[in-house]
Amino acid sequence: MKTKSHFAFFDEGSKKEIRRSILKAVAIPGYQVPFASREMPIARGWGTGGLQITLSIIGKNDVLKVIDQGADESVNAVSIKKLVQSTTGVELVERTQEASIIQSRHRIPEVPLTPEQILVLQVPEPEPLRRVEKSAYKTKILHSENDYSGAWLMLFEQIMKYGRTATGADHPVYVNNRYVMAPSPIPRYDNPKMHQSEALILLGAGREKKIYAIPPYTDVESLAFDDYPFAVETFTGKSCHLCGAEDVFLDELVDPATNETIYQCNDTSYCIERLNKNEEVEVETSHA
Amino acid sequence: MGYVAVKGGTHAINASIERLTFERLKNQEIIEIETIMATMKSLIDQIMSESSLYSPYLAALAIKQAEGSMEEAVFLMRAHRSTLPRLYYSQAVESETMLVERRISASFKDIPGGQILGATKDYTHRLLDFELLEEDPAENEAWLSNYQKTSEAVKTSDELEFFPKVVDYLREEGLFENYERDNTNPVDITKQSIAFPAPRSARLQVLTRGQTGAVTALGYASLRGYGQVHPTVGEVRVGSLPIYVSHPNEGEQDEEDAFYIGEIQVTEVESFVPVTKKNDANEQELEFEIGYGICYGQNETKAIAMSILDQCLEHPESSFPTHDEEFVLLHIDSVEATGFISHLKLPHYVTFQSKLDSIRNVKKGGHTDEN
Repeated sequence: MKTKSHFAFFDEGSKKEIRRSILKAVAIPGYQVPFASREMPIARGWGTGGLQITLSIIGKNDVLKVIDQGADESVNAVSIKKLVQSTTGVELVERTQEASIIQSRHRIPEVPLTPEQILVLQVPEPEPLRRVEKSAYKTKILHSENDYSGAWLMLFEQIMKYGRTATGADHPVYVNNRYVMAPSPIPRYDNPKMHQSEALILLGAGREKKIYAIPPYTDVESLAFDDYPFAVETFTGKSCHLCGAEDVFLDELVDPATNETIYQCNDTSYCIERLNKNEEVEVETSHA
Repeated sequence: MGYVAVKGGTHAINASIERLTFERLKNQEIIEIETIMATMKSLIDQIMSESSLYSPYLAALAIKQAEGSMEEAVFLMRAHRSTLPRLYYSQAVESETMLVERRISASFKDIPGGQILGATKDYTHRLLDFELLEEDPAENEAWLSNYQKTSEAVKTSDELEFFPKVVDYLREEGLFENYERDNTNPVDITKQSIAFPAPRSARLQVLTRGQTGAVTALGYASLRGYGQVHPTVGEVRVGSLPIYVSHPNEGEQDEEDAFYIGEIQVTEVESFVPVTKKNDANEQELEFEIGYGICYGQNETKAIAMSILDQCLEHPESSFPTHDEEFVLLHIDSVEATGFISHLKLPHYVTFQSKLDSIRNVKKGGHTDEN
């Protein structure tokens, strides 16, 4: 009764099928390609879309990094890494530069990605118009007719209500001047990193059964008005209490000792690398 | 011939019940109540929650009798509940006094007091474990003694620690409104028919004893677009709460004189939901509100879904069904829903004959009345 699992969990037919959807997604930037999303050994909504992409493109020589909310050691990242490694035996890394495939939830790493890398983003809600139109049948028509007035109206209403746009993460983007796309719930801070990205970006939504992509060197523009320009989260005057970084996305923490709010790099591998470098410099200078 | 159903009724029913007993006994295996209690905690928790009766032992009995059917087991428990006298109401429980077994926040990485994963299937891979086909009691015992040895080495704090609520941190910043404590006695929906608009205490009761699947489905619908509530989980905590009952006859109530009657395990959820509020200057502002969910045992999905629906129902102005109090509250009860659906299996000969007559007449041209 004991069964052995196949390389990368899936049978070859399934992987091929998913890769075909990926190819179509790459060919039509920002367009949501439907695919036969499988039931996975992790729960729907926990990254099954990203996982299916990773498993169908991964090879024995690939090197994998998994991020959850900026961290490699976050519970879900650990769980996904364990699953991929146990079915493929690939090497796992935390250093962004060393990875060939980076599966991520909610963040694009601080270190710029290269043409040799593929970024796989997990997407809970791929439909950028869902907040204004609940029916999937109708949003499909809106996309085909290039009718994004709902998305614009959403931003306009925020300006009317609050005097500014008030989107959180997942601020919609125009891809290649044609499709409006949900950039997975990455913070607004990461939206500009998608523009003319050197790395291929694949986005997978398992529960909603959609795959879409941003091929390398593609225009990606965040929706905004001329007089109310797109703005990323600000951390002015704040810096990481560990490595001192300023121009990165920071987490807000409470110091248990002093009860004060402190800040820390959200991208943990970036932070550790900076710390290591600082230490190297310290060692070198002290010897000199 | 027209009386077959009525005449044969008694014999047919007896034979059917005997057949049911046969189906349960035919494989000659017996499951003990203790085995169910020890190995099917999730099922027991769900049944206790949906039946509003906290008794793992009776829930296990219900599971045995119902042969594992959830709706049937809840039905049995609810019917039994009707036979129990209800003598006292407990004192209000302050959930800060929970003895926490598991506590996580999806809003903050580093919550005061820390994240406690506890026992959860969340990070397991759902791969069938074929090892369980041949479980060995001796191996289990060895695993247990080894586990106990390692946990004995862990030093525990001498003092009893209670965990602060994550929301308190944000409340200090004024991101949440401070409400007066509402200490009016809650409506008991098992003793009083629910009227609309329903007070929040009634809504929360219906939600917490709602069918796990139904509450989850409606919460999910709201999250996916058929509703306006998309929360971040501020805090999920699982643990036990002590229950006290005041002295029934004494006029002057002293907290110290209250009777401790035991503890219940619950799952409690506080979800953070951004809402638009008007400030003093009549301008619209964004603020957070809490969606609240609580249920017996460990059933985090249900408690989170409940917290979504709680927020939905607090904001009824929307055109979505998940924000419609009557729609949600009248359709999520296990016993009511399954009972009425299954009633369709009862004979409907009379109503159907009547309908048949109408349809035949309409087909003929609808002139029978003048005939």
